[in-house]
Amino acid sequence: MKKTMERPFILKHFFLVFLLLFTLTTFSQESEAEAPKEESSQEESESGFGSYVPDVVANADPAKGKEMFNSLCAACHKRYKNATGPSLHEVTKRRDMDWLYKWIVNSQELIKSGDTQAVQLYEEWNKVAMNAFPQLSEEDMNNILAYVEQPKPEPKVDVAAAAPAEAQGGGGISTEIVLGLLAIVLLVLSVILYLVNKTLNRFAEANGIPVKADKPKGKPIWVAFAENQFLVLVSVVFLLLAVAWGGYGFLMQVGVDQGYAPIQPIHYSHRIHAGENQIECKYCHSSARVSKHSGIPSLNVCMNCHKQIAEVAEETQKEGQEEYGVDYNAEIQKLYEATGWDTSTQSYTGETKPVKWIRIHNLPDFAYFNHSQHVTVGGIDCQTCHGPVETYEIQKQYAPLTMGWCINCHRETNIKVEGNAYYEKIHEELSKKYNVEELTAAEMGGLECGKCHY
Amino acid sequence: MKSLLTILLIALTLISCNDETQRNYQYFPNMYESVPYDTYGEYEIFPEEQEALQVDEGTIPRGFMPYDYEDSAEGYDKAKEELKNPLPYTEANLAEGRQLYTIYCATCHGDKGNGKGYLVEREKILGVPSYDDQGRAITEGSVYHVMWHGINTMGSYASQMNSEELWLVDHYVMQLKDELEGKEPRAFESEKGTESE
Repeated sequence: MKKTMERPFILKHFFLVFLLLFTLTTFSQESEAEAPKEESSQEESESGFGSYVPDVVANADPAKGKEMFNSLCAACHKRYKNATGPSLHEVTKRRDMDWLYKWIVNSQELIKSGDTQAVQLYEEWNKVAMNAFPQLSEEDMNNILAYVEQPKPEPKVDVAAAAPAEAQGGGGISTEIVLGLLAIVLLVLSVILYLVNKTLNRFAEANGIPVKADKPKGKPIWVAFAENQFLVLVSVVFLLLAVAWGGYGFLMQVGVDQGYAPIQPIHYSHRIHAGENQIECKYCHSSARVSKHSGIPSLNVCMNCHKQIAEVAEETQKEGQEEYGVDYNAEIQKLYEATGWDTSTQSYTGETKPVKWIRIHNLPDFAYFNHSQHVTVGGIDCQTCHGPVETYEIQKQYAPLTMGWCINCHRETNIKVEGNAYYEKIHEELSKKYNVEELTAAEMGGLECGKCHY
Repeated sequence: MKSLLTILLIALTLISCNDETQRNYQYFPNMYESVPYDTYGEYEIFPEEQEALQVDEGTIPRGFMPYDYEDSAEGYDKAKEELKNPLPYTEANLAEGRQLYTIYCATCHGDKGNGKGYLVEREKILGVPSYDDQGRAITEGSVYHVMWHGINTMGSYASQMNSEELWLVDHYVMQLKDELEGKEPRAFESEKGTESE
């Protein structure tokens, strides 16, 4: 027997469990004490604009501005942080209103006209050209600026965020810890009871007090059992059957990795990406359409979205810490570290290091499996083989991936012949031969050794 | 009492055997591990231990044409002006483009191309313009250029689709733009007419 990796012994963890439990309780008390302070600071922040804001902007409608800002500006600008373009808050303090109007409507023209401010700004931001917005009226721009100039809300001090370290360790397994502790307590109690009973008996014996025997001594039960030969025979048969059942069951699961869920270097959640945000499976696993391998997406695919999403929503962050014991924001930082993305300058540093994901679904080398012919040609849903991935917080192996499992599906699944010119003639001939309308993969030769094992 | 303890011990060992973060036992794994290098495998002899090596710059594989317009404002203007879609505008091509659009673009740009995708509605990603945005005035060439190189916050999609697939999406995007602007739908070209070219 070969074991691919070393496994830890469970008892090692008992101390850790005790320690964690204590840290959890102490931290929760502290955070409760902090809670009431935050609310007051939040209310204070709801004041008006700064004194520098011109009247046209101060009187404009920030709600309308928000809508336009989100659809037109937010791709490159953030209000309080530099992004592709500079942060826009307090821009009316820095620039003249007329200049701003001209710049927003057509910045390139302004640069070409030789305006010193414009040229300087363009150079400073690595000559990234800003789009022109000829459709915006002055009123629109005022609205947008009104939204931009809204004072920054005080950051809410999140109770969970204040103490991420202990949540990370304990959150996910807390119920297991409690159950384990209860079991231990029960065990200890019964041992104590047994010992107390024993000592009392010994005392009684030593003091010469006769211990009352409850029952008259008959035959011990095992002697009675051994004398009944029929009962012995029946129980031996049962025992043999049970051993055979257990042994067969054990042997059949050797080499099957169903349920395998290793700890990945970055806590990536399919639940959030594919479930909550409804991103298509093939968006990231794009090679499933065309290749044998449905590869793990390279990090440029991550950065398609995470250039803009540096932090998860507050509720998501809280949920992560309380339910799964993960600090999602820290996990996104790991991505930036791997790609060498610097959030402060919004550029790549060039220092990259690949993320060493752990492969879960693994076929032995002698089996050939091709994703594209199952996904694109066969039109099989991802969930058929990989389970409800969009509900998995941590990815795990859903199907056993044994040969019997493959064969079974080939026997039951019909081939998608319609709209596929390759099958036109074959379908006609074979359906005549087998006298059936629909053909399963098995009938097309999908069970032959050479199809998968060369 | 002793027997109870042994049962508990056995149960504990059995439970500890069933660890989900580890792979299961294998029985004589003769041809389980590959002798050749696995795709995306991790091997010491490669730089950064990655089996997936980068191709030398400037090499051109069969069936691939490099894209000539550079990733800059000038390249964008040039592509916008002169680049044309080489694929015929047929119903089949449009349907295929639509499928790809739904996978790769619709999450942000929306099914109708109005910049109201699911992620925008959830305010995860902001600043997605509608395809009929006048300031941008997208053309076939500029759409392809942006998909190939990415622009500002949008990343490149050249790693997820090949150039033919990008042109298919391009057809569908232009059709969505026409729809948003309320134009008449373009007439389909016949497949044969273009083949004779």
